Amino acid sequence: MTTSAPSPAPSPSPPAGPGFDDTWVVVPLFCEASVIAGVVRGLRERFRYVVCVDDGSTDGSGAQAEAAGAVVVRHAVNLGQGAALQTGIAYALRDPRTRSVVTFDADGQHRVEDAVAMVARLEAEDLDVVFGSRFLDRRTELDRLKRLVLRAAVVYTNRTTGLRLTDAHNGLRVFSRRGAQTLRIRHNRMAHASEIVHQVGRSDLRWAEQPVHVLYTAYSRSKGQSVLNSINILVETLLG
Amino acid sequence: MLAIQVLLIVVVLVVGAVLVRSTASARHQAVRRLLLAALVALAVASILVPTAVTSAANAVGVGRGADLLLYGLVIAFLGFVVSSYRRARHLEESLTALARRLALDEAPTPEQARHREGDGPAGD
Repeated sequence: MTTSAPSPAPSPSPPAGPGFDDTWVVVPLFCEASVIAGVVRGLRERFRYVVCVDDGSTDGSGAQAEAAGAVVVRHAVNLGQGAALQTGIAYALRDPRTRSVVTFDADGQHRVEDAVAMVARLEAEDLDVVFGSRFLDRRTELDRLKRLVLRAAVVYTNRTTGLRLTDAHNGLRVFSRRGAQTLRIRHNRMAHASEIVHQVGRSDLRWAEQPVHVLYTAYSRSKGQSVLNSINILVETLLG
Repeated sequence: MLAIQVLLIVVVLVVGAVLVRSTASARHQAVRRLLLAALVALAVASILVPTAVTSAANAVGVGRGADLLLYGLVIAFLGFVVSSYRRARHLEESLTALARRLALDEAPTPEQARHREGDGPAGD
């Protein structure tokens, strides 16, 4: 209800309190025990409600997230990031007061300020989807091969969906309730990113892109997708 | 191009397409079983009477009986790959629905989460 309470200007001090009490932040979680507590605590400085979907982690990530103040929803078996996102979104939609849903990666590569700004924009411009983009400005540093592959993914996704996005595979997104209700993620593994763009493209949802800064730390780099995995994404997308 | 080559290519494509599109499983399962039965019969025949398979192959313009058998095998294998991919996909979808339902039912509800945060009506 208090969308205007936390000013979007970056004010790291917590006195504003956990803001946005009608937003759920969905964090798909798989074996990130060393960083997840920090990520959840960071989110909880600005968002009251964080749901981590523990996708069958074996390293106690779920307990870490719970201790840090997140609600944890546990998949009995590992299903993949797309499945975890859909579960988290379904959870958020069970709350009748949910007005928006943020998707946020567990490895700490996204910045909470970006998410806050995206929710503010969703509300201000009455949008249904705000995609985070690494490529709207030059802040995010990528090596050349990764940039090339991500660019190719963007070209492919734009061709097949009719949307004009600059970054198709960014885990930071914000959905309005209506936007979240429209999603039906069927690709359990990595092809879900293009699938989300696809479904938004087919719908009449109002969307926008927002420049965000992705922090490629040594940790997220080591956990990140290998470029070869883009072949898997392509095959999964083509075979449906 | 030999007639048999055209035929085999057409069959490969048609089998692939049919199996890819198949959703009504009973009929396509029957087709798969028929194909398999034909392949088995061909294999048995080739073992019993190698020359018969060779002459059958010659009759359609393929050099050796073993080659004809190989083509049949390739078609059957392709069909198997496609159909088992689709079956795995369906199984995965059911498993996902099941695991999701279980996960959501076991988790604290959003209302409980709000209550914990001291937000909203303190309903139990």
